Amino acid sequence: MENIILEMRSITKTFPGVKALDAVNLKVRAGEIHALVGENGAGKSTLMKVLSGVYPHGSYEGDILFNDETVAFTGITDSEEKGIIIIHQELALVPLLSIAENLFLGNENVEGGVINWPKTYSRTQELLAKVGLKESPSTLVGQLGVGKQQLIEIAKALAKDVKLLILDEPTAALQENDSAKLLDLLLEFKAQGISSILITHKLNEISRVADSITVIRDGASVSTLDCHAQSISEADIIRDMVGRDMANRYPARKHPTQEGHLGKTLMEVSRWNVWHPDALDRQMIHDIEFNVHAGEIVGIAGLMGSGRTELAMSLFGQSYGKNIQGEVRLRGEIADLSTVPKAIKSGLAYVTEDRKELGLILEETIQTNTTLANLDRVSSNGVIDGNIERQVSEDYRQALNIRTPSVFQKVMNLSGGNQQKVVLSKWLYSQPDVLILDEPTRGIDVGAKFEIYSIINELADDGKGVVMISSEMPELLGMCDRIYVMNEGRFVGELDKADASQEKIMSMIVKA
Amino acid sequence: MTTKETSTVVQSAPSVTSYLKSHMRDYGMLIALVVIMGMFQFLTDGTLMRPVNLTNLFLQNSYIIIMAIGMLLVIVAGHIDLSVGSVAGFVGALAAVMSVNYDLPTIVVVPVCLVVGLIIGGLQGYWIAYWKIPAFIVTLAGMLVFRGLTLALLEGQSVGPFPKSFQLLSTGFIPDVFGVGRPNVTALVLGVLAASAIVFLAARSRSRALKYGIQDEPFSFFIVKNALVAIAIIYLSYLLSTYRGLPNVLMTMAVLIAIYTFLTNSTTIGRRIYALGGNVKAAKLSGINTERLTFLTFANMGMLAALAGLIFAARLNTATPKAGFAMELDVIAAVFIGGASMSGGVGKIIGAVIGAFIMGVMNNGMSILGIGIDWQQVIKGLVLLAAVIFDVYNKQKAR
Repeated sequence: MENIILEMRSITKTFPGVKALDAVNLKVRAGEIHALVGENGAGKSTLMKVLSGVYPHGSYEGDILFNDETVAFTGITDSEEKGIIIIHQELALVPLLSIAENLFLGNENVEGGVINWPKTYSRTQELLAKVGLKESPSTLVGQLGVGKQQLIEIAKALAKDVKLLILDEPTAALQENDSAKLLDLLLEFKAQGISSILITHKLNEISRVADSITVIRDGASVSTLDCHAQSISEADIIRDMVGRDMANRYPARKHPTQEGHLGKTLMEVSRWNVWHPDALDRQMIHDIEFNVHAGEIVGIAGLMGSGRTELAMSLFGQSYGKNIQGEVRLRGEIADLSTVPKAIKSGLAYVTEDRKELGLILEETIQTNTTLANLDRVSSNGVIDGNIERQVSEDYRQALNIRTPSVFQKVMNLSGGNQQKVVLSKWLYSQPDVLILDEPTRGIDVGAKFEIYSIINELADDGKGVVMISSEMPELLGMCDRIYVMNEGRFVGELDKADASQEKIMSMIVKA
Repeated sequence: MTTKETSTVVQSAPSVTSYLKSHMRDYGMLIALVVIMGMFQFLTDGTLMRPVNLTNLFLQNSYIIIMAIGMLLVIVAGHIDLSVGSVAGFVGALAAVMSVNYDLPTIVVVPVCLVVGLIIGGLQGYWIAYWKIPAFIVTLAGMLVFRGLTLALLEGQSVGPFPKSFQLLSTGFIPDVFGVGRPNVTALVLGVLAASAIVFLAARSRSRALKYGIQDEPFSFFIVKNALVAIAIIYLSYLLSTYRGLPNVLMTMAVLIAIYTFLTNSTTIGRRIYALGGNVKAAKLSGINTERLTFLTFANMGMLAALAGLIFAARLNTATPKAGFAMELDVIAAVFIGGASMSGGVGKIIGAVIGAFIMGVMNNGMSILGIGIDWQQVIKGLVLLAAVIFDVYNKQKAR
């Protein structure tokens, strides 16, 4: 093995009562893209925090060698000085400052304490060109989409003379073409000799760009794979991640549309039009028509920004948009969905895209979150019966296999997959006929995804209608009976499971 | 990181010290109150716990505690109310004008004043809830408006004295139905009843929790805790019984504390207020009418501020233009000392009450010691800061 830029030797990190990392080894060669994979909670982020000095030297055991010298970082400034730059999952940008100001935040071009703006702007332009952005340096970061913000973060790293770039799930919030752009950029950096560590859940990205892979499971490094020396299948990686074979990523289900016996129509949306809540001349949703049958899983495919979430939220109690027009029939009857309580009462549930922001009360317990959307069912005359409530949440904990010692655990202490199961519990307990699931597996590891898929299948088998919105096309293809394709606020196509493919969906979007 | 997911399945009975350590946030302020009381009891050579002083302590702090109950709900809902002092002053003035200048009977004055408070709170809540105007601004405006209206209503004068019936709101005592007088047997009986009720409820909830296997409180700790609480209540009622018995205000307070504790712990409204403060967007998407709830929280605050204003006026037996001045700061401080979170969603009624008592005991103790108002302010400020730091520290340690 030649030219190792980074070596982490038997890193062990303990938190009170928990061993987060147990003798983890990681070796990154100069100029390679090294993928770090593992389930949520496996210890990837902890390892990177050790590397970047967030957990200072002395708070862990083991050695870190960077460019063949032992380093002892006491803070993030130390590691950045050496050229190790980490880009966290939650972007660290100030939305109300300009691109130029953000790029050099804490690293300003100063002369005697005064910022040299011309130099700042010209360097900003250089850096933006490097990441392929054409924005003006004075544009406010808050006006950019998530994909571009991610690129700004990378440009920020470049401003600091980066040698090793660490990206923590950079594409989790990105749609496919933005992800592709970002991965291309990594390949370009590689050509320039910059090494990167890529933490991701998306296995297709790994097979596309990674030179080697380290798999971490339960705080220990399980295996290191060299992508050039051996041919590695996704199944291999998954097996190492979860410690078990996962022959099929999508659980099997009888697909009613294929069997030819469709349930009765549960939900029918016709001529649905929605305008932007602030800019009343902007129509966001145009003449959407769709239906969902009992026992059916219907997908909505489309790029981010195509209006999928806006459609779902406008249907669910008019939580988005103004001047909403159109008609929704539930079980054949016209439904009044004008407020969220009415929508819930009509039998609609909406599992939000962003579970932390919109789905959960993080400070509260699993129990409290589970019953929140249907408190009336565990109470009489406004008084909650704690025993029934506990029983209900306990039942869901077991049914959905939420891994936690008790339902009195605060949800902020749970992993992403378990949090998502709590959100699902909440909406299952609201007794809906139709569930709209918006990115139900975003930021969740492979093992938990499989469980969520199984739950969704069970819902359909129970005769509920499921609408599934997802950015991951394989997921839609693997799960749905029918897929609507959405672009710029319109449905541009409808595909049956039998003749749906990623290429067809993409071409519908592109041609629309 | 959530690596502890699978590790804590084994639930061995934890020791008392480790339990106390992990629940420092819950008991920290109660322990602080006991320590502070003990300290002043010692420093004042026992004056603090004399029946006369103890009675005064309750009378002096009743209005702060009553407002702290309302303020806790406001803060849990993620807002703040700066107007409560002015509203209390205004309602006191209104009561004085109605009782003294217009000779209206107390039975009319009190309900009218409470409704006025409800309307004032509702008006402020309307702008906050439905127009999304920050509570800080609306209630800052309210603070100025009602301070001004108090002055206008009283024409810059103090108005009093109140009729006897009105004074009973604050200075009245529960008469001794057993006719002994001193010691006041009723006070003792009520104290014993309250103590047994608390112990009974605690035992019942513990036995339920045990049935479901979700109890981690060591048995010895449970016994000691409840014994101490029961003894404290009975001892306090004994002390009070040797003076004039239970003040009416104490009963009002006890009833309010019981009602609002029940409201926050066991009702859907309470639960929804916590949800609203914890994550307003998630609450809204869960079908909770967040606007109406915010509105109600402020209306409730207005009514409790009015009640506090009435009690305060009755205690002074006069309504002054300065009544209620800066009182909102003591109220807000009490709630934060009691462990509520600035960002909403966290806080307990009993915590706010303990916070108010900490402030009250310190005021009282320092006054007895003859510490000037200047240093009293400094010390109170530092205690507020220390309490919040303590809370944040414990929260971080718990992570």
